[in-house]
Amino acid sequence: MGSKIVTFVLGGREVEVMVKPMTTLQAVLRYQLGYTAVKEGCRQGGCGSCTVLVEGEPVLACLLPAEDVAGQQVTTLESITPVDGLDPLQQAFLDASGFQCGYCTPGMIMVSKALLEHNPRPTREEILDALAGNICRCTGYEPIVAAVEGAAQAGAAPGAQRR
Amino acid sequence: MSPAMNVVGRSVPRSDGIGHVTGRTQFTTDRSFPGLLHLKIVRSPLHHARILGVDLSEAERVPGFVRALTHADVPHNVYTILGLIGVEPEEEFVLAEDRVRYKGEPIVAIVAESEDAALEAVARVKLDLEELPAVFEVEEALRPGAPIVTHWGNNTFMYEGHPCRRVRFGDVEAAFARADHIVEGVYNTKPIEQAPTETTACIAVPEANGRYTVYTNTQAVYFSLDNTAIILQVPGNKLHFVGGTVGGGFGGKVDVIVEPLATLAAMKTSRPVRYAFSRSEEMQVSSTRSAWRIYMKDGVMADGRIIARKVTSYADSGAYSRQTPYALTKHAANAAGPYAIPNVSIDAYCVYTNRQPSSAMRGFGITMASFAIEVQMDKIAEVVGLDPWSIHFINAYRDGDMKPHRKLVEDATLIETMQAAAGLVGHELPARFRAMTSARRPEGGV
Ligand code: FES
Ligand code: FES
Repeated sequence: MGSKIVTFVLGGREVEVMVKPMTTLQAVLRYQLGYTAVKEGCRQGGCGSCTVLVEGEPVLACLLPAEDVAGQQVTTLESITPVDGLDPLQQAFLDASGFQCGYCTPGMIMVSKALLEHNPRPTREEILDALAGNICRCTGYEPIVAAVEGAAQAGAAPGAQRR
Repeated sequence: MSPAMNVVGRSVPRSDGIGHVTGRTQFTTDRSFPGLLHLKIVRSPLHHARILGVDLSEAERVPGFVRALTHADVPHNVYTILGLIGVEPEEEFVLAEDRVRYKGEPIVAIVAESEDAALEAVARVKLDLEELPAVFEVEEALRPGAPIVTHWGNNTFMYEGHPCRRVRFGDVEAAFARADHIVEGVYNTKPIEQAPTETTACIAVPEANGRYTVYTNTQAVYFSLDNTAIILQVPGNKLHFVGGTVGGGFGGKVDVIVEPLATLAAMKTSRPVRYAFSRSEEMQVSSTRSAWRIYMKDGVMADGRIIARKVTSYADSGAYSRQTPYALTKHAANAAGPYAIPNVSIDAYCVYTNRQPSSAMRGFGITMASFAIEVQMDKIAEVVGLDPWSIHFINAYRDGDMKPHRKLVEDATLIETMQAAAGLVGHELPARFRAMTSARRPEGGV
């Protein structure tokens, strides 16, 4: 089977890439498009560091063949970073020191982003549940949970103020 | 009022914080270079074997194959990481020669145009191996007739001619004879993988000026640079190591594993070469914390004073010693714990087995000693019929006490720390422990 052209929307911009069969979205984003906020802690679905949003839902980019996102909206950490300053969720991670080495951080923020979009006032249990697929070897998770709680309190999600 | 301070007592924003929350921090494999080649390793599938033959012919036919590296390509193939600080002998093979000593030991490095091509070629290398008996357990490795792991001696690292790191202080046997109680324990711990979220990786890039820039996530950039210079027999100024951004290490990234081969491959191909561990290599091949066995015997008086401690410890260093000899030295210096014990004898063995090499991990050597010591303290409390708080206060060392390895205690804070801890957990200490301090004992006092 030869390569084929896959078109999708990356951070609001249409991109077209030539993709070999079974190439992962992770490989396309990192090595063809240079979106290296998508991390590669395991490349086997075990760590969550490669999490991106596809149509707003968190997805492990290392397990998803790139062909599968044809025509869909893909969001990475690069795409949610404003031109000036930070997204309130990023600010919350900074304020709560929700990282040490920083390698899990992009995945943690993307998962939290999706959570707060769907559920602007999550309980602690709901936060733990949302982060359950993401490994952090450094922090012991508490500062990460605190960051998400802080973001929720500050109304980080667009829907939050409306409730 | 103390003078105004800019940093102490304040939260200072981390200089790398913005990079981490925006994903702009560049970790090693986030860098890309035109013409980048990928290096993958043919590893031993057996724990211990003689290498009779290596057949590369099919691997060479894989589309995208660029070249293979064997031990014959490595200028100084046998090295020891701690050779930099005078540790001998050189013992670890960058690429195996006639024997493999652990499952996963590197035999051949394959360099290819893509990662897939490199993996395909690795899978097509044919190894002719003769399996040898293997040993996986420290005390078995010391029995007569055990398979010998090293190429230079027996299964123990040698400390100035001795098979163990020794500490001798006072007269333990005489103290045991007059002790009211003898308390013994055996403590076993398993190997632990540091499991950093970012795997070990580097990219070596040939520069126009004849130097090589090596981007690496090592925790020990000068260890890596100096060992690479030795292994490749080039002056250090040929190498420019760029490090500092490490996606978790915990001791797992202080060995020098990826840089020498990636740099060698960059020299041989004149192209940038990436060597990054897969998650399974990180878990199954990279060094772990050692497995330990610690025998501890204490002589204790009825009033709770520990008057003698004898320790025999074995750390499983796996097939090569890496940083483990140093862990044993630290262990021996700390196996008496922060306690004033007048008679101490310690034998700490660094033992070779056919397991994957172990090396550094957070507090290595001491963490295991502390585990054994603190369980032992609780046992002592039970035997003499005192509560554990008392045993700790009675035996706590003070400024000016001599430690078994002949270092004077300075700036001791154990007593004050325990007093503060008691306060925090709401434990009422008896007046005599509340009155204690770590200050130097009065002349002639005990
Ligand atoms: S890299 Fe995708 S889950 Fe670990
Ligand atoms: S901050 Fe290092 S893995 Fe989470």
